[in-house]
Formats: sequence, C-alpha cells, structure tokens
Amino acid sequence: MLKSYYSLINKWLIALVCVVAVTSILLLFAHTPPLTTYKLLLKGSLSSRAKLARVFQVWVPLMLCSCGLLFTFSMKLWNIGIEGQVMLGAIGATASLMWISPHFAPWMCLILSLGIAFILGALWGFGSGLLKTSGGVNEIFGGLGLNFVAQGLILWLIFGPWKRPGIASMSGTKPFDVSLWLPHIHRFPVLGMLLALIIFILTAILLSSTRQGLKFKALGINPKAGKLYGLSPTANTLIAMTLAGGCAGLCGFFQVTGVYHRLIPAISSNYGYLSLLVVMLANYKWWPIPFISFFFACLNVGSIQLPLILKIDSSLSGVIQGICVLVFIWVKQLSVFERADDT
Amino acid sequence: MKIRLENICKYYGKVKANDKISFTIEPNSIHGILGENGAGKSTLMKILAGFTPKTSGKIFINGQMVNYNTPTKALELGIGMLYQDPQDFAGLTVLENFLLGLKTSWKIKEYEYTVKLTNLCQQLGFKLQPEAYLKDLTVGERQQLEIVRLLALGVEVLILDEPSTGISTQQKQILFTALKRLAKQGKSILLVSHKLEDITELCDQVTVLSNGQVTGEFMAPLDTEQLLECMFGQKLKQIINSGSIFPQPKNKSTPLVQVRDICSDHGRIRLKNCSLSIYPGEIIGIAGLENSGQELFLRILAGLVRPQKGTITINGKNLTEKNNRTFLQNHIHFIPTNRLEEGLFADLTLLEHYLLVFQQSFWLKSKSAYKLCLQKIEDLKIKGLPNTPAKALSGGNQQRLLLSLLPRQAKLLILEHPTRGLDVESALWVWQYLQKCYGLKASIVFSSPELDEIFQVAHKVIVFYNGQILLSKKISDTTPEEVGNAIAGKVEHA
Repeated sequence: MLKSYYSLINKWLIALVCVVAVTSILLLFAHTPPLTTYKLLLKGSLSSRAKLARVFQVWVPLMLCSCGLLFTFSMKLWNIGIEGQVMLGAIGATASLMWISPHFAPWMCLILSLGIAFILGALWGFGSGLLKTSGGVNEIFGGLGLNFVAQGLILWLIFGPWKRPGIASMSGTKPFDVSLWLPHIHRFPVLGMLLALIIFILTAILLSSTRQGLKFKALGINPKAGKLYGLSPTANTLIAMTLAGGCAGLCGFFQVTGVYHRLIPAISSNYGYLSLLVVMLANYKWWPIPFISFFFACLNVGSIQLPLILKIDSSLSGVIQGICVLVFIWVKQLSVFERADDT
Repeated sequence: MKIRLENICKYYGKVKANDKISFTIEPNSIHGILGENGAGKSTLMKILAGFTPKTSGKIFINGQMVNYNTPTKALELGIGMLYQDPQDFAGLTVLENFLLGLKTSWKIKEYEYTVKLTNLCQQLGFKLQPEAYLKDLTVGERQQLEIVRLLALGVEVLILDEPSTGISTQQKQILFTALKRLAKQGKSILLVSHKLEDITELCDQVTVLSNGQVTGEFMAPLDTEQLLECMFGQKLKQIINSGSIFPQPKNKSTPLVQVRDICSDHGRIRLKNCSLSIYPGEIIGIAGLENSGQELFLRILAGLVRPQKGTITINGKNLTEKNNRTFLQNHIHFIPTNRLEEGLFADLTLLEHYLLVFQQSFWLKSKSAYKLCLQKIEDLKIKGLPNTPAKALSGGNQQRLLLSLLPRQAKLLILEHPTRGLDVESALWVWQYLQKCYGLKASIVFSSPELDEIFQVAHKVIVFYNGQILLSKKISDTTPEEVGNAIAGKVEHA
C-alpha cells in the first residue's frame, strides 16, 4: 500500500518536473525569462477577486463539457463533436431568448432557454452517435463534420436572419437586455457555478452508483461480451452521446447568457477541445475534474496579459496545457510504474 | 529442392508441440501433412517457414544444413508459405499487391510486371485481372494471387495451410491442377490438411502427425483406413463409451429448440443446410476440426449471428429474425471459448460483473451484490476477491466466473469448448457443476475438440465437416472410430 502511494507521488512529481522543464526550455528559446512568466501567470489569474471571477467564468464551461465527455469516454468514444454540441446549445439558448423574451418573465425565459440549449446540444450529440451506430461513421469524423456544420450555422445566423439591425458583423448578434443576463455576484458567475456543480454531482452519481454508469463502463471495455448479457452497444452509444451533447449544450447556454450575452462566431471558445484535454489529464476519472478544470482556467486567464508585458502570445496557456497532457500520458505508460502499481 | 527435417522439436513450456519429427520432402512431389487439431502441423510449418524458432533439430536443404528464423530468410532460401487467411491488402489492386512483395526498382515499369503476372497466371490456369481490386475477389482468387506472388519471388518449396477451406469446388479444382503442374515443374509442394479427400487426391507422399510425433509415412496410392488409423490411432481405442455423466432425458417429448436448414456465409466459413433438434435435458456434443463451421453454428444458435437462410424455433416460437436479447429472454445462454475477449469484461471486478448481470434496478445495490458475490465465490470456488478484476483471474477461474454468471432458469446452454486450457481436474469440475445445477433442467450444446470429452459427457454427438453436419447420432449408437472418420470427412453409408 505504502509502496503504491510512493509510486503515485513519484509519478506526479516526475510529470510536474517534466512539464516545467519542457515549458521553460520553450520559453528560453523565445528569449523570455521562465520564472517571470510563471509569476505573471499566477498573478494574472489569482491576484485579485476580479481575476478569480474570470477564472470561474472559464471553469464553468470546462466543467460542463468535461462532465459530458466523461460519459462518452467511459464508453471509449471520442466525442470530438463536443465543440459543435456547445455551438448548438448556444444557438438554442439565443433563439429561445430572442423569441420568447417579450412574452415571459426573464427568469422563466432563462430556464426555458436552458432546457432548449440542453435539447439542441443533445440532438447534435445524438446525431453523431446515430452516424456511428447506423452508418458506421467513426464518431471522430462524424463529430468533426458536425462541428463544421454547426460553425457554418452560427455564421449564417449572425450574418443572415439574426444580424444586428442595420449591420452584420463578426461581433455577433444584438446583445440581450440586462434582465436576460445570468446574474453575477461580485462578478462571480454564481448561478453558472451552481449549475456546473449540480451537473458534476449528477455525473459522478450516474457513473459511480447507477446501473447505467456500469453499463457504459462495461460496454466500453468489451461490447462483444455486453451482447452476451443483453446489453446493447448501439443503444448505450446513443445514450452516452446524447448525454454528452446535453452537457455541452448547457455550456453553450452559459456562454450565451453568462459570458457574451449574445451569439458570437467563437461562442464555444474551443472549450470543448480543451475539455478533452481536461478529461484525459484526469485519467477519465470524475473526481479530479473540478481541480484540473480550475488549473486550466487559471492558465487561460493568466496568460491573457502575457502579450502586453512579455510580448509573447497568450497561446502559451495552450502550449502548457498540451504539454501537461502529453507528459501525463507518457508518464502513465512508463513501465516502471506499471509494475509498481501491480504489487 | 530436397528438404530433410531431422529431430525437429518445439516445446512450449511442458507442452511438446513437435517431438523429434523427421522426414524428407522430395522435389517434383506433393507431400501431405495430415493430423487432427493440435497434432503439431501448424507449428511444424511455421518452423519451416521461419515464423517460429525451433527448440532443437536440424533442417537440411539439398544436403546442406541451414539455420534461419525469419520468413524473409526462408524466402531467400526458396521456402514460401501460403497462409489460411490471405496476407494481402484489400484496398489495392491485384497488380499492386503483386508488386508489393517483389523487389522492384524505385520506378516501377507497370507494363513489364503486368506481362509477368499474366504469364504466370496463364501457366497455372488462373484468371486474375491485374486491375481488379482485391476486396472484390473471392478467397480462392486471393489465394491464387498469393501463389503467383510467391512463385515470382523464386519459391521452390511452397507450403499450403488448409488451402481448400472456404473456396468453391471449382476453384479447388483449378488450385489442385495448378499444384500438380507446379510439382511437375520441379517444385516441392507441402500440403497441410485435415481433409482426407484432399490428401488422397493430391499427394504422392504423406506424413501423419499425432500428438506432435510422426505416426506414419505413406506413399501413393493411399489407403484411407490406414491414414485414419494413424491419425487417431490409439486415442480412439482408449475412449471408453461409458455413457454420459448426465442423467438421460425422459423419453421423447417435444423438442425444445429446432434448427432447420440453416445456411450462412461468413467469410471463409459456409454453413450448408444444418438442422438440429434439441430435446429438453439433452446434452449434445459437437465434434469437428477447427473452422468446420461449428463456431458459426453455435453463434447462430445463440442469436448473435443471423443466418441467411433457415429457421430457429424455440418451444414453437420462431426466433429466426430476432436479436440475441430475445434469445436471452427465452433462456438461451452462450459462453464463448475466448473468455476474456468475448465473455468477460477484463477490467471490471467480480463484484461489478455480478452487479451488471444480476441487478436490473436503476441504483446499484452494492451490499446485496457483495453478498451474492461472496456466495458465488464460495459455491464455485473462484480464487479471487470481490474487487479482483476479471483479467487477473487464471483461465480456470475465468471459466468459473462465466459459469457463475449463468442464471439458474437457463433452458439451453451453448458452450464453446468449455474446458479449453483447463487441467483434467478443473475440466471434470466444470462438468460436475453443470450436471449438479442444470442436469435434466436445461439442455446443453457444446463443442469440443476432445472426442473423449464428448463421449464422457454427451447423449448425442454431431460432427461438422466443411460447414455441414456430416454425422448426427446418439452416443450409444456410434463408436469413437465412426466419429473420428466423420471428423476427417469420411462416412460409411449404411
């Protein structure tokens, strides 16, 4: 037991050292002092309440998408289409707010728009699931295709039917009335955080203590054996894809009502793709998700001011996130630890 | 080329796959290697083709001792092997596949090789279109291409592993004519088969293997009686027809399951008009060499594969077009022989297996499943804990886990070689357990390559040969010799 803890700590230590080392080397190549950069990253994300609030604005969408991906990953499905599912959720949220806001109280509109966002995202996920189960299209290709369709749909809406009166621009549709904004407290997206927590808890419960979660896990391991016991790989693939799409749809809802207050072309902010990394770094387990999401959100927010001060691009956060995942996967595969784990 | 094998041995741990095998392959001849499953044919051929290193022994080519242990080296020496499953690229054309194996210059003169290919095909009587895609070809045609490719590489000794499995009669004739022609040209052909008719039709000389040893060498004309005797030999005589350990089912009631005229085409295996009636409480053993169709038949019976023709009725209900869930609802359960690959969830624990199979409620009730799990572990003497993953269990314990997942109310158990890889004691335990739990309550259909197992357990034996049921008799009405003959494709017509 002690030995396995020891190896676990060792593993993380090695991973951490590797990440820092590789990133530092990269920074040195770019003629940027690494230490200053790390300090800035930290300061940029955690040094004030306003910055922390921004971190949580990123944390919420990452959490929602990651929860969705947990379902598909437990079935060993690669739901790359999560981006498109986020976009469809955003479209659903925007559409419902536009159409019903004159007729109902704002809070009712928000609830309804949440529902519609969930359903549209779920449908998009179901679609790529259906492509897989009925047409044999790998979920990666189907999802990627549907992402392009979703992006096209958003652009068409922004420049077509939903364009601002008089002008059509990349800045998106006309902003909603403040009454339709998801309320914040001290800039913290409290309702969004609550939503993310609720979804996270539901996901954790579903995966760890219901028959459905066990079915996902079992079929992910061996769909052939599943059939012997009357479990349907097809039905469960569709269920997992639909649930993932629904969660992504909620992320789209949050992006529209809690962050941008309108539909913009980059509404998904690539959080879907980033969540793939979050879940991989979490080793497909549910419990590390909030922490890794938080870490990634800090990197994202902290890197925003890098270009101003150090004249390096803010995409550094992406580089660090990528390196984290690669190093983690590499360390995980190291045979030394495999053996230590078995004992 | 003359090849002499001297005392070839191959040991896998304690198992002697090949034990001091010696014989000579003459040029200008077709040499047959005959033997039942596990006799050591495949191992020997893999050694000869350079795929598997031998434990000891010597190989002489034209009197000179050679040492090689890669297929490439074997090819350089002129030894090439045609595998049961064609090793080619389905997405490429015939010509492209032909070129891939050859040493060509970096700029390929397509025309030159098209001529070469067509010439070779003509010599052998094959009709291959160079521009056709491989995925549109039959198995027989792909085989022909493989032969042509090997010949273009300068192969002098051609090893063929069960070449007549899965190809049409017509293609078989083309293949056999070509092989005879090649032998006349001076090549040595080594034909591995368990089909008596192929061997007797083609071979000038036959070596029979049994249990990893040479048990007989014959020259044409071949006598099938003698060959069979050598193939099964003492084994069949040792089998005592003592009757099943399962109680005899009550006299003819109505059949539980009726399978009528099943036809199915699944890759290399074709089932032709297979019919079977299973009575309540009856134990049916399926004999037959590998890939004779029994694997597919069992899966059709379990509802996992839909037949192209034929009907399956259970208690009078027609289930032919239904999926395997309906079969499960009718209490038909299947245990595949690849336990971890097809039957269990490698990374799930024992507890999770029981949760998955025995609980239908939305919430997982770990407490009651834990109790059940401990009970099953004790009942079936599974060497594992509730949190042991299935992959950490030994083969015997995986089998016990699979058995423990069968519900008590099962009506038909379909077991694919249920005692594979088990020692005598564990195998016996499996059958005693099944008898205790399901004797008279359920019917069992099982396949086994061990004839003695079938004779100890079954009430009835059926033999698959080339996708057909060649023999179907009560154990009390047949003899091990008769079953052995049927396995090799020989039936006496009374």
